[in-house]
Amino acid sequence: MEVAVFFVAAAVALVSALVAVSHRDPVVNVLSLVVTMFCVAVNYALLGASFLAAAQILVYAGAILVLFLFVVMLLNAPAERPAQEPRPVQRIAGTLTALAVGIGGVVVLLAFRGEAAAPAAGSGVQIGRQLVGPYLFAFELISVLLLAALVGALVLVKRKH
Amino acid sequence: MAIPTNYYVILAALLFAIGAAGVLLRRSGISILLGIELMLNAVNLTLVAFGRQHGQLDGQVFVFFVMAVAAAEVAVGLALLVAIFRKQQSIDVDRLNVMRW
Repeated sequence: MEVAVFFVAAAVALVSALVAVSHRDPVVNVLSLVVTMFCVAVNYALLGASFLAAAQILVYAGAILVLFLFVVMLLNAPAERPAQEPRPVQRIAGTLTALAVGIGGVVVLLAFRGEAAAPAAGSGVQIGRQLVGPYLFAFELISVLLLAALVGALVLVKRKH
Repeated sequence: MAIPTNYYVILAALLFAIGAAGVLLRRSGISILLGIELMLNAVNLTLVAFGRQHGQLDGQVFVFFVMAVAAAEVAVGLALLVAIFRKQQSIDVDRLNVMRW
């Protein structure tokens, strides 16, 4: 049962990821990446990380990709046109690099043989204890980083008078 | 039965390659940021899978931090895109050559 869920989620994730990077219409790109994020959340749930599955949907599908969608519609970005000066070198080099990364990753990771693990459940309580325990300093730094990003984004889009 | 860690890392490698292809091949700034998001998600998946492999929660805490950094990165990246669009009426990265000598 779990294996079937994994394979369905993995197949949907891969197909929607391919659509997300290959379709010309930016709205389709963003919406199919939402599907990918949901499939990754399903995988987190299968791995026992229930808190992260919820956070994935809230933060990625709910916040980050909605922000993308806002910007796509705000800019009214047209579908990507074919390159004005065709540069086959870029296309070939990009495809080869991505293929090398993918094949290399799969080959290296196929050599990895792990024992089936003792599940470490990732409930909100346990993650929270980690965050305010050993990771307290990083947790506080993250809040500073988010504040800096917020101020930076406002400064960047502010109109000069 | 539990799914082997292998399956997750292979899925993550494929997702990372797709994201990398998106970053390298697309010319729209928004699509490039989407590819970066996809690569970050692939890495998050490996972190959770290896965290389960070792029976530890640290992988999941790292994923939490990566999510927060990704949110900050997207906010600044999209603000940059909006600023560039206001200046050039385009987010085509091929046309972003003002810093080229």
